[in-house]
Amino acid sequence: MNLDELKKLKEKAQRQVALREGQKKYRVVISMGTSGIAAGAREIMRTMLDEIEKRGLDDVEVRVTGEHGLEDVEPVIRVEEAGGEETTYARLDVEKARKIVSEHLEKGRKVDNLVVGRQKNS
Amino acid sequence: MIRSHILVCAGAGCLSSGGHALKDALTRELKARGLDNEVQIIETGCMGPCDLGPVMLVHPDGTFYQRVTALEVPKLVEEHFIKGRPYTKLLPKEDVSGNLVTTQRDFNFFAKQEKIILENCGVIDAESIEEYIARDGYAALGKVLTSMKPEEVIAELRASGLRGRGGAGFPTGVKWELMAKATMTPKYLICNADEGDPGAFMNRAVLEGDPHRVLEGMVIGGYAMGANQGYIYIRAEYPLAIKRLRLAIDQAYKFGLLGKNLFESGFDFDIEIRIGAGAFVCGEETALMRSIEGRRGQPQPRPPFPAQRGLWGKPTNINNVETWAAIKPIILKGAAWYASFGTEKTKGTKVFALAGKIRNTGLAEVPYGTTLREIIFGIGGGIPRDKKFKAVQTGGPSGGVIPEQHLDTPVDYESLQKLGSIMGSGGLVVMDEDSCMVDVARFFMEFCSDESCGKCPPCRVGTRQMLDILDRICRGEAELEDLDRLEQLAAVVKDASLCGLGLTAPNPVLTTLKYFRDEYLAHIVEKRCPALVCRELLDFAINEEKCVGCSLCARVCPTTTIFKREGVKKYYIVKEACIQCGSCFDACKFDAVLKTSDGHDGERPQPPLEPAPVRVMKQVVEK
Repeated sequence: MNLDELKKLKEKAQRQVALREGQKKYRVVISMGTSGIAAGAREIMRTMLDEIEKRGLDDVEVRVTGEHGLEDVEPVIRVEEAGGEETTYARLDVEKARKIVSEHLEKGRKVDNLVVGRQKNS
Repeated sequence: MIRSHILVCAGAGCLSSGGHALKDALTRELKARGLDNEVQIIETGCMGPCDLGPVMLVHPDGTFYQRVTALEVPKLVEEHFIKGRPYTKLLPKEDVSGNLVTTQRDFNFFAKQEKIILENCGVIDAESIEEYIARDGYAALGKVLTSMKPEEVIAELRASGLRGRGGAGFPTGVKWELMAKATMTPKYLICNADEGDPGAFMNRAVLEGDPHRVLEGMVIGGYAMGANQGYIYIRAEYPLAIKRLRLAIDQAYKFGLLGKNLFESGFDFDIEIRIGAGAFVCGEETALMRSIEGRRGQPQPRPPFPAQRGLWGKPTNINNVETWAAIKPIILKGAAWYASFGTEKTKGTKVFALAGKIRNTGLAEVPYGTTLREIIFGIGGGIPRDKKFKAVQTGGPSGGVIPEQHLDTPVDYESLQKLGSIMGSGGLVVMDEDSCMVDVARFFMEFCSDESCGKCPPCRVGTRQMLDILDRICRGEAELEDLDRLEQLAAVVKDASLCGLGLTAPNPVLTTLKYFRDEYLAHIVEKRCPALVCRELLDFAINEEKCVGCSLCARVCPTTTIFKREGVKKYYIVKEACIQCGSCFDACKFDAVLKTSDGHDGERPQPPLEPAPVRVMKQVVEK
């Protein structure tokens, strides 16, 4: 073992524990109330998790929450950014969810045609 | 992708309250719900609040759940992981406000702590070297071996102000320097993990939760002091700690972090485990070394000190688990950073084990200089069931009790010594109004008397005599002169004993005499025990107004001394035959049994010559 090897090991291992510390750049909050689940929110979440992993996005965490209060446009997700910006997407399906990952979470470009709400919290 | 981590506490406390079953149930439930690819379970070391166990922490939201039984798991998984809302039933409640606490950082128990030694305990998987490395593990060792000279390491330690955590508080840097100057080779390092104080379990928690930290500290020590062999002396009562240590040592060898030519510096270091049989005296360094050598664990007079002639006659350095655990952060973050915690004379943090009559039993790490009040009431949550605080015992059987008027003392070695107690290993046993201080002193004296190795008469004979006197006081058979005898004996034992066991054994007696002399006098003069603990001084009677005649007391009485009154559904106790065991008091559901200690003239009523009529008794109950 030398210093470089230790450093490499550390970088690799940090991915394992990163979830337990610090603030991520993006936080995806998925509405998982009764109507969300009925509209397929679990499928959306699974797709997004797969897609995030596939693209190796480390700076994203995914959480689930209760209703956002938008029952008729479920599945709904909210993407919160470290700066306090929040974007809500609605009427999602698997394809749209993939697009949000590849555009918003990877490249930082919001998928405007799916956005139903924007908010800026300071 | 894993979206959530469940950290399940796998410290000995939580495991014994059902931690294994919890983990199995979680694994099953996650799998059944198809969540096993999204949610990962990690077994960590002790999180601290052992009384609330089994506990678990969910990331990334930081939700902390307490007393999670396997039965609750299906509901919890559905609420938290499917529906995304905290399962409120298992959230802890903050006592003062009664508010639910959702996340770990809102919980006073965690929020008021400063975790340096326990920084990884309850955060990483204790059995994974990778997770330790992810949290800067072995980086300090790398830094030391590639860029620091041994003298620089020692200078850094001296500047940090680190003091030995085993109890005496000797400056670690100075100790290392003495050892480094010794010319004889080979030299040995020892990690003292023979934690023997009743009520102290911080070393166990570190070894179970973050074993690599101790190994890393020892290798750094070996480099600084010129030793190539280390031993960890640990008691057989800590099987889980031994298992995880063994695993950690194997992993470290596999990763090239123990063994030959570490970090390509040419420095070699090996660590072996030595298991002790659990004698209290083997925590004393010279006795410990005898035990490692395979001889009877008895202390030796010092000098020569271990740094001159220790294990197998060679220079040896012994440090406590917590001391070794503090080395890594000091090297990585610097002496100045470490010295910014604590008081002027005592730097850094200390892990305290909270036990006894306290709401949040468990481990708490705070900077030196924190007041006892803050530790007991702020972090510990105060006394359960609205009882009144009476005293706290610091330092286990070697320490003393500290009463309420001194609760605002900032904790460090000197301030506790001034009060007649010691820091010891950091055990805090809290006592409330139901604790009899004479009985407490008797308990600790019994422990020391049992554990005395018998080598020197002051300890072997002195503790026995003191115990006899305390026994007499508890039985109400002592006279006032006994207090003088007790004090005389205490002075001799404290003065003439060979090792720390005897030197500190009188502390509980001396401090209780100093702060609670009135309780001793009540036992001796009035023959009563104010806290209603000492059995021989109690009287039991039945309040017939409250008695509903359920017969429970008569059925539990081991000596069948409780009878039904003729014609009415009321019971009474035949005092002459009562052995004051308290079974009826504990059994009564209507508070009808009165426990009193009003004192008497020293003559206990004699039990009747005829044994109590068992048969008649049974007939009475059956009516």
